[in-house]
Amino acid sequence: MSYLQISNLSKSLGRAEVIRGLDLAMDHGEFLVVFGPSGCGKTTLLRLIAGVIKADGGEVAIAGESMAEVEPEHRGVAMAFQSFALYPHFSAFENIASPLRADGLAEREVKQRVQEVAGMLRITNVLDHMPKELSNGQKQRTSLARSLIRRPRVLLLDDPLRNVDAKLRYEMRIELPEVLRQFETTVLYVTQDFKEAMALGDRVAVMLDGAIRQVDRPANIYRRPADLDVARLFGDPPMNLIPTRPQRHNGGGITVRLGESVLDAPGCPERLLDRECVVGIRPEDVHFLDSREGDCLPVRLEAVMPLNVRTAMLVTAPGALELTSSAWDIREARDEENDTAVRIDLNGAVYFDPDSGQRVQNQ
Amino acid sequence: MSIRSLLRALGLLAVGLFFLFPLFWVLMMSFMTNADILRSPPSLIFEPTVSNYTSLLSGSLASQVGTLNVDYVQNLMNSFILAAGSVVLSLLLAVPAAYAFARFRFRGGENMAFTILSFKFAPPLLVLIPLLGYFRQIGLTDSYIGLIWVYQLITLPLVLWIVRGYFEDISEDVEYAYRLDGHSWWETFTRIALPLARPGIASAGLLAFIFAWNNFIFALVLGSSRVQPVTVGALNFVTASGIQYGQIAAALVLSILPTLAVALYAQRFLVQGLSLGAVKG
Repeated sequence: MSYLQISNLSKSLGRAEVIRGLDLAMDHGEFLVVFGPSGCGKTTLLRLIAGVIKADGGEVAIAGESMAEVEPEHRGVAMAFQSFALYPHFSAFENIASPLRADGLAEREVKQRVQEVAGMLRITNVLDHMPKELSNGQKQRTSLARSLIRRPRVLLLDDPLRNVDAKLRYEMRIELPEVLRQFETTVLYVTQDFKEAMALGDRVAVMLDGAIRQVDRPANIYRRPADLDVARLFGDPPMNLIPTRPQRHNGGGITVRLGESVLDAPGCPERLLDRECVVGIRPEDVHFLDSREGDCLPVRLEAVMPLNVRTAMLVTAPGALELTSSAWDIREARDEENDTAVRIDLNGAVYFDPDSGQRVQNQ
Repeated sequence: MSIRSLLRALGLLAVGLFFLFPLFWVLMMSFMTNADILRSPPSLIFEPTVSNYTSLLSGSLASQVGTLNVDYVQNLMNSFILAAGSVVLSLLLAVPAAYAFARFRFRGGENMAFTILSFKFAPPLLVLIPLLGYFRQIGLTDSYIGLIWVYQLITLPLVLWIVRGYFEDISEDVEYAYRLDGHSWWETFTRIALPLARPGIASAGLLAFIFAWNNFIFALVLGSSRVQPVTVGALNFVTASGIQYGQIAAALVLSILPTLAVALYAQRFLVQGLSLGAVKG
């Protein structure tokens, strides 16, 4: 039995069905990232788990106990909000102490525990400030401290790094897992930033249109997305998705036509032979070559987008085929050198059924 | 100083004079004898007298034909009891209702809120005559409770709709956060929602107090001099021997003082409300 078990959960807000039969299971102490675009129902999911809104159907269970009749204050669930949701009329200290006040702890212990968690998050010097005197980074740490101080059974983090600047976000991505490890709590972390999902999660659940589409380790989702929507979402720059029809080559191997070129596709499932499908190729599998020789695709470099990590490049191939490529070295889009060639590594390619959108597995 | 700001200052001065001149004139009149007031042409030079105030406070009105007993102090007290009672009752009833309308969507909720608002649209005379009949039957005429009850027609919708707006402006997340900290919904209401809506509650209470204080027609029909407020009491100065302008002016000045005091007191909360806006990220 999983520690947090969500089964067939559904919720409509007004006429819109926001959560549709959602299932999700988490083990004790796990760090799961729910990744999805804005408006897919992530925040509603967290509110349902917290119990501040009621589900229309389905169930949330924590440690084997159904939460249907349990009020939010008795669930042992804490949440850090994207908007921070600090109490503007309380000092930072009282904001953090609020859960302890609810438990009626003695003043001395309250002081000691607030100091402890504030020290961990490095906000000890601003404890007597009011929320409006705090920077966004300090607000965010105060809100985190408040959600952690009572050592909740389940911690919900609603895109907590969304409203802080890039440098701080980077620091927190490194620091947050460290802090959370000390609390040994089960963490559900919601984000719409795929890099954050990749960086933080033990496992990532991809959420779309109110349901979980795929739950797996980040690398597995990246390499083998469950369907076309996940493939489009997960990755920056996104996966190249090209309609094709795999054919049996004279020699026996399977080939796919990309633009006007026919390429060997060693990983293509047999049952896709002569059927319409969509082949998904990661930009990093599109390698630049120095010359147009051998098994290559002639392309023209159209645009360069330096990402500092990997460089993303847009190329076109004969047959009106557009591809993105990413590489460690930076090329410049200069006319005389732009007509070049790439080698596509189809070993890592995945294939989708164009009608259902599902990935076709290779038995 | 540029011409632009000079014109602006002149404009403000004109507006200020327009609104303050009647007040100033009434204040002057309250220190004049009736003879000074009725002199033509009017003059700003006169011998000030406090006789208007003393006669009001002592309760005997001296005129050419004799003395007339007035209960002005009683009227003032009545005004205070009626206005304060109405505001307290309205706040007790309307603030929780406003929270419910702001936070929960329930069947007929919008219709209910609008029905309460529509009380303000109905002309008082429309309800007065049947109300007088009912009040006679159940013995509520000429009582504070009866008048305070009827005053809810004025103050309840006002408080409900103003405070509802303030509750709606409080981020739901802040209340959710407090619930998740382990507090009950009642604690969340009293320690988060109420303090954050305080500027709204203060301004609604202030407005309701002024509206109740200024009411005339309900008290005129439904009460006798025992419970009547200053607005009705001022009618007593229209006597057989003439209109006592001096006393009316003094009565007006005295009746403005309590609302002024309430406004000055409530102002602190209004200003505090503006500087609390620290919820946004």
